[in-house]
Amino acid sequence: MIFRRILIANRGEIAVRVIRTCQRLGIETVLAASEADLDSMGARMADQTVCIGAANSSTSYLNMRAIIAAAIERKADAIHPGYGFLSENSGFARACAEAGVVFIGPTAAQLDAVGDKLKARAHAEAAGLPGVPGGEVSSVAEAHALANKVGWPILIKAVGGGGGRGMKQVHRADPLASMMELAIAEAQSAFGDPRIYLERFIAHGRHVEVQVLGDGANVIHLGTRDCSIQRRYQKLVEEAPAPNLSPALREQMQNAAVAFARHLNYRGLGTVEMLVDCEREAFHFLEMNARIQVEHPVTEAICGLDLVEEQIAVAEGHALRWKQSDIVFSGHAIECRINAEDWNLDFRPSPGTVRSTAVPVGPSVRVDTHMQAGAKVPPYYDSLLAKLIVRGHDRAEALSRMRAALSRFQVEGITTNLAMHRELMQQEEFAQGGVDTGYLPRFLQGRSVRVS
Amino acid sequence: MKFTNQDVKEILALLDSASFDVMSLETERFKLTLRRNRSGEWTQEAQLLAPPNLFKSVETGPVADSNPVSHTSGEHTEGTITVRAALPGTFYRAPRPGAAAFVEEGSKVEADTVVGIIETMKLMTAVHAGARGTVAHIAIQNAQFAEQGALLMRIKPEAA
Repeated sequence: MIFRRILIANRGEIAVRVIRTCQRLGIETVLAASEADLDSMGARMADQTVCIGAANSSTSYLNMRAIIAAAIERKADAIHPGYGFLSENSGFARACAEAGVVFIGPTAAQLDAVGDKLKARAHAEAAGLPGVPGGEVSSVAEAHALANKVGWPILIKAVGGGGGRGMKQVHRADPLASMMELAIAEAQSAFGDPRIYLERFIAHGRHVEVQVLGDGANVIHLGTRDCSIQRRYQKLVEEAPAPNLSPALREQMQNAAVAFARHLNYRGLGTVEMLVDCEREAFHFLEMNARIQVEHPVTEAICGLDLVEEQIAVAEGHALRWKQSDIVFSGHAIECRINAEDWNLDFRPSPGTVRSTAVPVGPSVRVDTHMQAGAKVPPYYDSLLAKLIVRGHDRAEALSRMRAALSRFQVEGITTNLAMHRELMQQEEFAQGGVDTGYLPRFLQGRSVRVS
Repeated sequence: MKFTNQDVKEILALLDSASFDVMSLETERFKLTLRRNRSGEWTQEAQLLAPPNLFKSVETGPVADSNPVSHTSGEHTEGTITVRAALPGTFYRAPRPGAAAFVEEGSKVEADTVVGIIETMKLMTAVHAGARGTVAHIAIQNAQFAEQGALLMRIKPEAA
């Protein structure tokens, strides 16, 4: 099958990014947009824009019926779900299939297998991947026994969760019962699934993930990414390849990710997230994200593929066009997420209207954004404004190019975290590479002490 | 409309060999300004002007948003202090769907009592009463959108 027209069920920078690839491939685009996004950059670029509902995402970007109806009315062959919203919703994938529209993503069964975090852990184990010691618990007594077995402190997670939402650290037995109760209530309200599980809390961990691509039979990997620069489990800086990993560990992780995807006969683009235990020089399976990710451009920068194009090719039913030996990695790439938040006011969100923007251009610099003069940043959605991606022959060159590119990046009219990135990129510890997930909170804490 | 990164790259390649430091293009469909700094690095200011090619879906006519509460609504009432939205966002009266509301009209509050939550860009911010007293009036419904500075509640302070 060849797609002539694709409906994009998303917004913001990822909608623009998917439209760009479709335009290059000669595929027509239909953007499904909420009332708040009808004059967004994506809406201006798409061949057609359909209003699918009110600003609130539950009536628009999460409204399966309206999105599928729009795809049928506009005669789209396929739906690209982007990330977030319905991108990993197996019910949506099934509804697309029933409506005769191709869902650009894995099968509904694969979405189920990795969406339930306990099922994903079981699959990882079956594929030979070490998980973080832990498991499901249904009573406080069970939780006590398990925590004593795997060792304190522990992390409580929601089975239906993801993206760090609803996770709770517990350091001793005392507050375990009350924290569990809170976690169960939150899991029920946030994910509609009250089940929780425990994992050992790894204090000095790095978040390293492996990009995989499968066609349902074969799987290849597209290398590692390091996403350890996080605040409250939200990634702010990513790079590829993950720096300062021993070649043996990197290869083990890449092989493990491929083994996991093969075990599922995985079809499409996916990311296997792992936690590297810096003290033990070991890694643990965390979860799989069955969609394109925000940070995919750093992978594109070092392997030369267009990952949206690969997603489309697989969804059209083509076998993988690349063997593992065709994939050649070159250089180092870093991405900074430019968000509408004020880092001087505890990252307070800053919606509003962009007065003007000036972005760096040139070879080795890429900006993925939906910002332009007059663009609205509505309060209904996330705060991502732009992704600045630079590539260098090595990490030092990438870092120096990032500093130069950040100095040229301007957004007027709304407050952004650009100043945070400028300061972070000057830090000696970050420059050395391979910091753990505790680094950014330490950096922010140290700075607030200096400022006050 | 199509205006690609490749277009910009090609224009830059032309400019690199020229002596100009600023180039501005404006058509009905887009505006583009490229500037070169002293180190020879470029920045781009681009704006798509082409209007969207809009279609209405027959399935879902746009659902009218519940009227946003703006800062003009609600008269100032003698002897009460106002609780306003520090950020624009969706106001929630309860910690989660189905749970009891934080406060009702007539509830006694302390200055730090949480009276609601505002969700802005996926971030939940607690709204505090701001004074010790009684909730005199609630000016907004659950899950309604509040503009920045919108009146949320009035509190009748307790005489000190």
